[in-house]
Amino acid sequence: MLSDKDRIFTNLYGHDDWHLAGARKRGDWDNTKAILALGRETIIKTIIESGLRGRGGAGFSTGMKWSFMPKKEGPLPHYMVINGDESEPGTCKDREVMRHEPHKIVEGALLASFAIGAHTAYIYIRGEYYNEANHLQAAIDEAYEAGLIGKNACGSGWDFDFYIHRGAGAYICGEETAQLESLEGKKGMPRLKPPFPAGSGLYGCPTTINNVESISVTPTIMRRGAAWFAGIGRPNNTGPKLMALSGHIEKPCVFEEALGVPLKKIIEKHGGGVRGGWDNLLAVIPGGSTMPLLTKEVCETVLMDFDDLRKVGSGLGTAGIIVMDKSTDLIKAIARISAFYKHESCGQCSPCREGSGWVMRVMQRMVEGRAEIEEIDLLEKITGQIENATICAMGMSVAWPVQALIRNFRPMMEQRIHEYKANHGGATQVQVPAEFSVGAR
Amino acid sequence: MTKLTVDGIQVEVPSGTSVLQACEVAGKEIPRFCYHERLSVAGNCRMCIVEIAGSRKPLVSSCSQPVGEGMVVKTDTEAVRAARRGTMELLLINHPLDCPICDQGGECDLQDQAFAYGRDCSRFSEKKRAVRDKYMGPLIRTVMTRCIQCSRCIRFTNEIAGVPELGGINRGENLEITPFIEQGLSSELSGNLIDVCPVGALTSRPTAFHFRSWELKNSDAIDVMDAVGTNIMIQVRGNEVMRILPRINDDVNEEWLSDKGRFSLDGLKNRRLDRPWVRINGKLTEVSWEEAVNAAATKLKSVSADRIGAIAGDLCDAESMFALKQLMNNLGSSNTDCCQDGAFYDLSQRGLYLFNSTIAGIENADALLIIGSFPRHEAPVLNARIRKRWLSLTQEFPIGMVGPLPSDPNYKVSHLGQDLSVIDQILEGKHDFAEILKSAKKPMIILGHGALTRSDASAIFSKVVQLATKYEVVTPNWNGFNVLHHSASRVAGLDLGFVPQNQGKNIAAMLNNGVEVLWLLDADEFDVKTIPDNCFVIYQGHHGEKAAARADVILPGATYTEKSGTYTNTEGRVQRSYRAIFPPGMAKEDWSIIVAVAKACEHELPFYDLESLRDQMVKNHPVFASIGLQESNLDLQKYTGATSKNIEKQPVMSIISDYFLTNSISRASSTMQECSKLRQTISAEAAE
Repeated sequence: MLSDKDRIFTNLYGHDDWHLAGARKRGDWDNTKAILALGRETIIKTIIESGLRGRGGAGFSTGMKWSFMPKKEGPLPHYMVINGDESEPGTCKDREVMRHEPHKIVEGALLASFAIGAHTAYIYIRGEYYNEANHLQAAIDEAYEAGLIGKNACGSGWDFDFYIHRGAGAYICGEETAQLESLEGKKGMPRLKPPFPAGSGLYGCPTTINNVESISVTPTIMRRGAAWFAGIGRPNNTGPKLMALSGHIEKPCVFEEALGVPLKKIIEKHGGGVRGGWDNLLAVIPGGSTMPLLTKEVCETVLMDFDDLRKVGSGLGTAGIIVMDKSTDLIKAIARISAFYKHESCGQCSPCREGSGWVMRVMQRMVEGRAEIEEIDLLEKITGQIENATICAMGMSVAWPVQALIRNFRPMMEQRIHEYKANHGGATQVQVPAEFSVGAR
Repeated sequence: MTKLTVDGIQVEVPSGTSVLQACEVAGKEIPRFCYHERLSVAGNCRMCIVEIAGSRKPLVSSCSQPVGEGMVVKTDTEAVRAARRGTMELLLINHPLDCPICDQGGECDLQDQAFAYGRDCSRFSEKKRAVRDKYMGPLIRTVMTRCIQCSRCIRFTNEIAGVPELGGINRGENLEITPFIEQGLSSELSGNLIDVCPVGALTSRPTAFHFRSWELKNSDAIDVMDAVGTNIMIQVRGNEVMRILPRINDDVNEEWLSDKGRFSLDGLKNRRLDRPWVRINGKLTEVSWEEAVNAAATKLKSVSADRIGAIAGDLCDAESMFALKQLMNNLGSSNTDCCQDGAFYDLSQRGLYLFNSTIAGIENADALLIIGSFPRHEAPVLNARIRKRWLSLTQEFPIGMVGPLPSDPNYKVSHLGQDLSVIDQILEGKHDFAEILKSAKKPMIILGHGALTRSDASAIFSKVVQLATKYEVVTPNWNGFNVLHHSASRVAGLDLGFVPQNQGKNIAAMLNNGVEVLWLLDADEFDVKTIPDNCFVIYQGHHGEKAAARADVILPGATYTEKSGTYTNTEGRVQRSYRAIFPPGMAKEDWSIIVAVAKACEHELPFYDLESLRDQMVKNHPVFASIGLQESNLDLQKYTGATSKNIEKQPVMSIISDYFLTNSISRASSTMQECSKLRQTISAEAAE
């Protein structure tokens, strides 16, 4: 468990002042000039050594990502883009950072931009985060006024500008290349890779895209050292991580916890336990709605980190934990997730565009049980056709929740179908009422 | 170069090539919907999946994957087939099963590939998606439910046509391709959307439900609607032209065709002259061929040779012009003119009236000055090539334009005004554009007929030659001196010397009481009212327009689809067109009519069929000896036409007032009439 002295986000709950004065008291902006004086290479090296893995979902090493940027600025400027389009259902960690620790983002943006040789950083904030954007803007204004950013930021000689861009509510704009498209004023549709953003990103210039949390922890890593960060958690899964607990628990919350802590302990300590006791637990989605759900048996032992969750066929994702107790209609819950992904598919790739709607409709029938047993297999097959066939990871998002449901709760689905058949004359044919409403609008 | 293995076949391709292209080099066909070799890569249909052995993610879309050294690509493994089947199934779930009534049937990519990767029956038991049809103008019929959102049409309009009028609205399965304003597309290349669309979402509106693709027979031809010499394929059923498609020729039209070339085909059937007429007692009367030919011959023999003149129109083939010129010469007349618009040319060197840099050569240029021309209307396909060069990222391509700017030229130009006096400024180095021309290594000048048809054309031409000399537009390995023609017959006419010779009369002199007998070969593009009342007019042509109404003898000829002919495009490229159908009624191929009249005049021509005519033509004009681009050296030092005359102060006007109605065929086409009306309505609305 994470001890208080190791906490990075000491004002996560907003008990303290989030303005510059309060942030300074907590140690932000403390001799940032000295950190910048270490130079690009050292900063990148420190971040690589700390083992910081991207906090946005994919878990790629942040320092490595920075090291992919061209070492010397060519004719094209470098850009830093911070991904604050936190739209994954069950995830709300970045929101708290923007609300209560905005200066950590601004300082981190400066350090990261310096490390990749960018004079300009954009933060793409989810449109619904209106007040959060205001807080961050206030923090940016304060930092400009104090000379911490802008021309000759912190007296380091490095010019740095930081801009907020507010999104319009599309989930897919959280995908890094779709975000670049959206920043450029186009439709948020993921780009083909290669070229990777480090080679050709925003406006065709070398760009690094990082999650808000990855950026906000960098100043603390630079101050306290890579060894301190790497000493928390498990090997390859280092550092504290912001997590969110929601669903059927006593106390839904966002909290900071070391990686590698057992999921059960997290639920009991931070969430106050499952509603109605641990035995009332049905399933947990560990990392935002995309990640495959875990059964109670798995939840008993699994550790909350990248590698252990992957081992059990799921993933840490954004660490937005959704707890579901036995009162949940799990099929309906997953059908709702399917409807979400159908609604948020950008429509570019055929498998996701066509498949997400198909999956949603079959899932909606599954909720009632108005389906055939074979259709469970069909569902598994079509999700398999979508899974790895798309430009971005949205195909997986469509497939994984449904696949996990089938993998872990197939008997429940079959029982639902049998019940429906029994109540509707036991016909062997699928009974599709004429007025079956389609779409999740 | 990168070496890789495709299904065990070693291939070597340039680095940066996509895996899909490498597979094609290896002779492996990769199914695709969104990939089009002339458009940017979208990579969104996910059909072109191949397997790359040893890769972290083995299944990749081959269109977007660059080749790597030593890559081992497998195009036909079970995993690849399964992935393609999966994509195909998902594409088909919302695609209507209306192949039997779909115009794309038989030439539909989706249909073809469903044979290879489709399932025998559908597993989809939900409701299918229906999409509201969109209005894209009189040329394109839309059935948007059939759309598979491959986005080729969006990319075509944005990239090739340069009219960003199509886009996708909504997301996910509600994604719809739509013109943002449903007013009809404003491009002159919009018909290519029909070819580009892999399914039946965009089909030809004028010919909807008229034919099935497998009923058609093809013959190769050359488009005569402009001077680009677009390679086309005329598709016929029986004796009717059903469809005109572009043929691929990377040197000329790539694979595009202008809307006028594609959709004027209904004009081939309307207002046709299908029998000979002779004016008897002031009234045109139907006669037999013999009577018509005799009437013409009698008149030709009755006047002195220098009182006979001939004017060739814009659609003529070289053979008929050659035959007519031979006849005129045999009669003793040198009053021949192929420039109905009275354009000025310097014929001392062939390069002085050609598009010397060639159409493909535009891509090598690094600066362009357009004088008195609006290529978007005069040569839409060539204009697309300018846009292609302008879009290419390798190097900036500054374009200056002196002359009319009736609409968006489809690329960014610095409009240097409509007054040609700016040429003097550039020549003196006082203008900003002078710097651009000076620093350019391969500058291009396009001189258009807006300038060449003016009364001071010789002065303009002389100044432009000076400009070209000063800014080194013509060097040993680059020739950027270009004349852009808009009439398909013009270059051949100039090559044949179908111009006033030995103090012969030009069109203006002929119309100014210069001749008593005037032979109009398809000549409709001048004011017929200027023909003197006492002039005897022999009209040989295919459409009954004003000139035919004025004629005293009408000799019905053949359109370009109905005769074999040679056409020389604006580059000086000699190309051959083949007969697709027979002329209607009693109409005949033009060269044979001239031969018949010559015989009746007792001035027999030394040929009896097309082959012998061509032999004779090649003998007199070796430039026609072989098909293809003819070498033509241009040495500006040898230019002798320099004059001290000044350019008059008056704005250059556009030679084309209405793109859709520029010749007798397009004017007879109701499709083109409709397009013209729509364009006028839109521009009138825009003006308000």
